[in-house]
Amino acid sequence: MKKILLTATMLLALGAVAQAKDVLTVYTYESFVGDYGPGAKIKAKFEETCDCEVKWVSLGDGVAVLNRLKLEGKDTKADVVLGLDTNLTAEAHDLGVFGKHGVDVSRAKVPGGWTDTEFLPYDYGHFAFVYNTELIKNPPNSLEELVNGDPKQKIALEDPRSSTPGLGFLLWMKSVYGDKAPEKWKVLKKRILITAPGWNEAYALFTKGEVSMVFSYVTSPAYHMIEEKTDKYQAANFVEGHYLQIEVAGVIEASPHKALAQKFMDFILTPGFQDNIPTINWMMPASATSAPLPSEFDKLVKPAKTLIYSPQEVNAHRRDWINEWFKAVNG
Amino acid sequence: MNGSKQLMAERTYQHFAAQTLVLSSVFLGLVPLIWFAISRGGIAAFRLDAGVWDVLVFTLEQAFLSMVLSAIPGLLIARALARQDFPGHAWLLRLFAVPTALPAIVVVLALTSIYGNRHLLGGWIELYGLGGILLAHVFFNLPLAVRLFYEASEQIAPENFRLSAQLSFTDRELFWHVEWPVFRNIVPRVSALIFLLCAASFVIVLTLGGPTATTLEVAIYQSLRLDFDIGRALTLALIQIVLCFGLVALSGRVMLQNVTHAGNQLFQRRYDGRGFGARFFDFTMIALGAFIVLPPLLALFSSGMTQIQISPQVLNAAGFSFGIGMISSCLALLLAWNIAQQSDWFSQGLALSALIVPPAVMATGWFILLRDFSDSVSVVIATIIALNALMALPFVISILAPAFERNRKKYDRLCAQLALSGWQKIRHIDLPLMTRPLVQSFLLAFILSIGDLTAITLLGNQGVVTLPSLIQIQMGHYRGSDAAGTAFLLAILSLICAWAAQKFGDAHDLD
Amino acid sequence: MILIENAVFQKKKFSLGVDLHVKPQSFAAILGGSGAGKSTLLSIIAGFEDLGQGKLWLNGADMQHISPASRPVSMIFQDHNVFAHLSVWDNVALGVSPSLKLNAEQKAQVDAALVRVGLSQYATRKPGNISGGERQRVALARVVVRKRRILLLDEPFAALDPGLRHDMLDLVLDLRREHGLTVLMVTHQPEEALRAADEIIFVANGKVREPIASKTFFSMHDDGAIDSYLGKTR
Repeated sequence: MKKILLTATMLLALGAVAQAKDVLTVYTYESFVGDYGPGAKIKAKFEETCDCEVKWVSLGDGVAVLNRLKLEGKDTKADVVLGLDTNLTAEAHDLGVFGKHGVDVSRAKVPGGWTDTEFLPYDYGHFAFVYNTELIKNPPNSLEELVNGDPKQKIALEDPRSSTPGLGFLLWMKSVYGDKAPEKWKVLKKRILITAPGWNEAYALFTKGEVSMVFSYVTSPAYHMIEEKTDKYQAANFVEGHYLQIEVAGVIEASPHKALAQKFMDFILTPGFQDNIPTINWMMPASATSAPLPSEFDKLVKPAKTLIYSPQEVNAHRRDWINEWFKAVNG
Repeated sequence: MNGSKQLMAERTYQHFAAQTLVLSSVFLGLVPLIWFAISRGGIAAFRLDAGVWDVLVFTLEQAFLSMVLSAIPGLLIARALARQDFPGHAWLLRLFAVPTALPAIVVVLALTSIYGNRHLLGGWIELYGLGGILLAHVFFNLPLAVRLFYEASEQIAPENFRLSAQLSFTDRELFWHVEWPVFRNIVPRVSALIFLLCAASFVIVLTLGGPTATTLEVAIYQSLRLDFDIGRALTLALIQIVLCFGLVALSGRVMLQNVTHAGNQLFQRRYDGRGFGARFFDFTMIALGAFIVLPPLLALFSSGMTQIQISPQVLNAAGFSFGIGMISSCLALLLAWNIAQQSDWFSQGLALSALIVPPAVMATGWFILLRDFSDSVSVVIATIIALNALMALPFVISILAPAFERNRKKYDRLCAQLALSGWQKIRHIDLPLMTRPLVQSFLLAFILSIGDLTAITLLGNQGVVTLPSLIQIQMGHYRGSDAAGTAFLLAILSLICAWAAQKFGDAHDLD
Repeated sequence: MILIENAVFQKKKFSLGVDLHVKPQSFAAILGGSGAGKSTLLSIIAGFEDLGQGKLWLNGADMQHISPASRPVSMIFQDHNVFAHLSVWDNVALGVSPSLKLNAEQKAQVDAALVRVGLSQYATRKPGNISGGERQRVALARVVVRKRRILLLDEPFAALDPGLRHDMLDLVLDLRREHGLTVLMVTHQPEEALRAADEIIFVANGKVREPIASKTFFSMHDDGAIDSYLGKTR
């Protein structure tokens, strides 16, 4: 009994020591942490630079992170939020819980440059259609060709109501076709075999061979080339340009660890963080990595033009545009 | 009859406790959300748009069709399995337990390996559309219905079959005089379960149906997640609650109370179904069931077997799944123990509450309540367990309620006479006499829990990774083949549990 | 007449050897300890269990491969002799026609049988609304309309109180006389056996013994198995 008490006291004391360290709570999406995500390595690297502990709180995806903030409001336990994308930042801004990140924005290397002082990019990726080279010999060279392509060659998309890439493609169509988007959707509809609830389902059905093309990222082929040593899956390059997703992080204004949080924001644009992005998160780094990217990245599609709506535009129109899409594909 | 009255009083108290627990967990889910919605948008937050009607029609249409296609063949297959014996009989029943444990996307992938483009039966059925949705729902629910109906037919008194044989009943007469009186009580319950499961189906409906196929659950998810329109989500949820509760009340009215009850002394042996016509029909039904369930399972096994890897993260996930499954099944059984003894429609409805109230709504409400502890791993695990237990409750009750009814009729007076009550009665009467239904319902709850993705997706994980969520994570990182291996492990785990449960039940049946 | 020769019944670890001859229109009580195989013997005669080896004749006919329905046998169990969802009248009528389609003559038979067992006023009731003894009378009425010459009773009155049990046994004895039945009854009440049975069939140690006249049975003093069953000490 005494022994147990003693052990318990020791554990408590140890706990107290651990407690004494500053704990930085970071909200993020699930696939960023865990055994396959870059979270653990980033945590270790950052903890080397401070007498602190990074505590990841993982939620389903970027939208789930935002919703958690909406539920919690100013009482949020987060110090830093990592994993929103630019389609969500206008809404996130309106919550009024984010402060300035305090990092020199010129250090962020993303297509089109960066000016936002509230949210800081940590990676980005152009969306693209990835196709199976065994099934498609002549991939479409433009969105127009994709829309008007052979209806027998089926594609898989994600649902914009439940998926971030799904919303990305909806915005891509809108940015290329504007008011004509609904008619183009009606034509494209003949080629759509699957509108999956998320990227996971769509991509799994694609690799299973159910469809010859799937909506994904420009970087997707890099995974297959590096990890599976195969060129089977490639992305199609569209002349109209590719829609861009930028993932960002922000600091909670009321955080009791604000100095530490800003230190973490500063760390985001250093190689210690960025080295883990390309081949673990399979996105493009938002600033320099310590070593050049693997040669496979050179083979990836380099979009001629970047398409992107401002966060405010997305926020203002998203609901209408989703309704417009819904009517078009159901018509 | 003084003792009997005391017994009733005590039971009512226990029921009341269990009912209160279930009811309050539902209210604790709903009330904070209502408060949240009103505090943000006032009463005006509750509103509807024109599209809801289409959503409602489609939800009811596909759920009704899935229910009919699962319940009716399910009943006939269960009957065929009960009266015909053949090599592999036991294994077929065990394999029928596996689909319940599988996450929806795993099932979709398995189905595409059979019915998909460039596959064995590609083109047999329009996989992407209503046909595919129904196929997937039948794959999930037909074996479930078979197992529930089979369990019920095991409860028929052996004397009834002997008497029927002596009175030279035809198979049809036997069905109406012996089997139907037992099935009649469980048909509304099983149908309601399947209907609610299909009405709440999400991944299958979206993946195979596309945007044309929008169910209430999808609409609720969209309002809650993408639009963060809690008022609309609540309005939709209330529609679903009213609708489903009405259906359950209706099915409760159909349910009748006079069950024939089993004697425990005799082996159940059947003398019917011996004619050529009956055998032909039975084996056709069994073949049909096997044809729907086995090929996708086989595809899952063959693609997963070679990919299985026992890495720390897989073991870790298996451990979490096992632990969460065990505790939530125990909790479900504990709640069901008390609720299953009541047969009024209110208790029936309460038992189904976790299927009636959308889990997304309930989990969000709970979160608002518990948000101060949201970063505590133990609180997250506790909520996952609670939600799993609530979701397993209706299944457990559908097995336990008929068994309780039978025991009550047989032994209540005796127990009252002997002043057996409380724990003594549970230990000496209920537990020994109900080993089989208890084990079967525990198995079902466990399989449901280890395969569940709803709770963990809604509540976030904090490092808690179960087998289904590991599958999700692996797929999210391009590791489809690892995911196939994990899915295989999940299927094998549920198969082993089904095997163990049956062996255990059989062993204690002979006592 | 019941004749069983060189029969061995086997199920898992349980085995029962039978050599038995019961004379026509006699009343034999089957006695023996719990689990000895008394009910199994009745199940074998009724055709619910198959004999592994040996021969079974009922009223002079070989019963091999004869279904329970085609045997000249009616059996009454301790419980579950009636269907809960059918009326008393329908339950009796099942003995005439399983499809419940009866002609006028058959209907009259059912009515008469219900009068005979004293249940005519309960014809329209459901079994749930009559007593346990009355439910067993329904089963007896069905025996009357089925007109099978062999009646097997598996502790049919065990759940009834002594007075009622006495009356029921009288009813069985009357029916036996009126219809010339051969009766085999499993019972745990030696005084019942003594009162009603001509012969006793004793089942013990995996064997069914040849019938012994009941008076002789109860005065035997040299059989260990019977003594210990009856609770006698030497």
